Amino acid sequence: MTAATPLLKVERLSKSFGTHQVLRNIDLAIEAGEVMCIVGPSGSGKSTLLRCLNYLETPDSGAVFLAGEPVGVRWRGATLYEMSFNELAVQRQRMGMVFQSFNLFPHKTALENVIEAPIVVKRKKKAEAITEAEALLEKVGLADRAHYYPRQLSGGQQQRVAIARSLAMQPALMLFDEPTSALDPELVGEVLAVMRALAEDGMTMVVVTHEMSFARDVADHLVFMDQGVIVEEGHPRDVLRHPRHSRTKAFLARVI
Amino acid sequence: MGQSSPSSRPDIHATRPVPVRHPARWIGGAALFLFVFLFVRLLVTNENLQWPVVAHYMLSPEILKGLGRTLLLTFLAMIFGLAIGVVLAVMRLSSNPVFRAASWLWIWFFRGVPPLVQLVFWYNLALLIPTVSIGIPFGPQFWEASTNQLITPFSAAILGLALTESAYASEMIRAGIQAISVGQTEAAATLGMTRAQILRRIVLPQALRILIPPIGNDTISMLKFTSLVSVLALPDLLYSAQMIYSRTYQTIPLLIVATIWYLILSTVLTFAEHYIEHRLNGRPLALSAVLSSLFKSKFWSLRRHEARS
Repeated sequence: MTAATPLLKVERLSKSFGTHQVLRNIDLAIEAGEVMCIVGPSGSGKSTLLRCLNYLETPDSGAVFLAGEPVGVRWRGATLYEMSFNELAVQRQRMGMVFQSFNLFPHKTALENVIEAPIVVKRKKKAEAITEAEALLEKVGLADRAHYYPRQLSGGQQQRVAIARSLAMQPALMLFDEPTSALDPELVGEVLAVMRALAEDGMTMVVVTHEMSFARDVADHLVFMDQGVIVEEGHPRDVLRHPRHSRTKAFLARVI
Repeated sequence: MGQSSPSSRPDIHATRPVPVRHPARWIGGAALFLFVFLFVRLLVTNENLQWPVVAHYMLSPEILKGLGRTLLLTFLAMIFGLAIGVVLAVMRLSSNPVFRAASWLWIWFFRGVPPLVQLVFWYNLALLIPTVSIGIPFGPQFWEASTNQLITPFSAAILGLALTESAYASEMIRAGIQAISVGQTEAAATLGMTRAQILRRIVLPQALRILIPPIGNDTISMLKFTSLVSVLALPDLLYSAQMIYSRTYQTIPLLIVATIWYLILSTVLTFAEHYIEHRLNGRPLALSAVLSSLFKSKFWSLRRHEARS
């Protein structure tokens, strides 16, 4: 691969649910180390776009490339084949994902949530996985909650455990699907702080969010979506201060 | 009832309201008590019950051997039934239409045929298929045996009971699996887990928690269903009692012996189920806590507490 290959590239991606077209010909590129925030009104297709990146949703047409390699499909000679679920699993290991509803495993403690994939998927030794998991929980500020079950943790704490759980697989990039939307307002800050720290460490991140201040302060690249298309994108400073498109202006007027 | 002047009333803050009276509880209680009394009187005074005979046979070796066989049948039928049930449930939820259809057919058949018919049918399998062999179809055979040797009353009983159970278990396990949110599967998938890993590590352990009460229920049903094996002359608890009373003509006392044992076993199973449920939900394991949960009803308390953690 040449140095110019972005870490993640989206080409002419389209997706419909029934007759409703959610994404139309999306093109996008994310460089390694970059933080991209995707904003837009609800129903604009941002979450669907994010879920197409790791093939939780299968696009109708178009392609996603991770480090130049197509996601969800594979060439054999001149024929393109769909990947099976278990082949996809190998690619998904490189893309961590954090959900709006946390989706921690309720039958496992915080620590067990974090060590699960390294042990089961990467076949790590349990002791080694625990050492790494403890370091990750420390990083998200929850070292003292390692042996708590999800139901014993607040929403903000659960989301931080979910971030640690994704990081444990040492992914090349992290996808965040409205990570603070299900939280009580006073718990949003602690999750955003963890995400900020992650961005400063150089993690490549794609964040679908409604937190405009986070987008303004942390993002290197801001994408505004509406009705399944990218209306405007660029550095957050430019997009937020000098929106060119009327739809962007209308949206920003409502949320800021 | 004239409006007494507010000044004659005591201060509302200094008075406790008279609790709601429950006259229906007293009337209902008295009526029930009367029935219980009459029933106990019947048990004590009716000579035909022959309590000394009941006492004599409660722990007789023949009855205890039958009891052991009933327990073994229940245990094996449940283990095989649940194991096949998990496979059927996974097949039923598979994206493979052949698996889905096969599973549906199996459930349709084994849920539709009465277990008693199955027991007799399996026992007479030799009439349909005289020999059983393992090998390549239409090719060489590596192992062969006559069906009459393989099908004993015991193996016929296990087949009939386990296959019936597998059909019921699979539907219940399927419901348990479907109760686990899609978010769990998605989270596991994004961590790079394969289908089998997600099922084994994430979905089934959570489904099991939901399934403990129905599995307990099925086990108690199975305990009673095993009495059907008496048609195969397999000396389980009931058939052992029948064999004794066919010699001694003490029909009622021996049926009472069997009844008491069935009740003891189902009581033990009820407690075991509650104990496991408490354990899996991380609730207190003290005997008093488990016991009190058996009788508690929160139906009429307006705010239904989620008894969590």
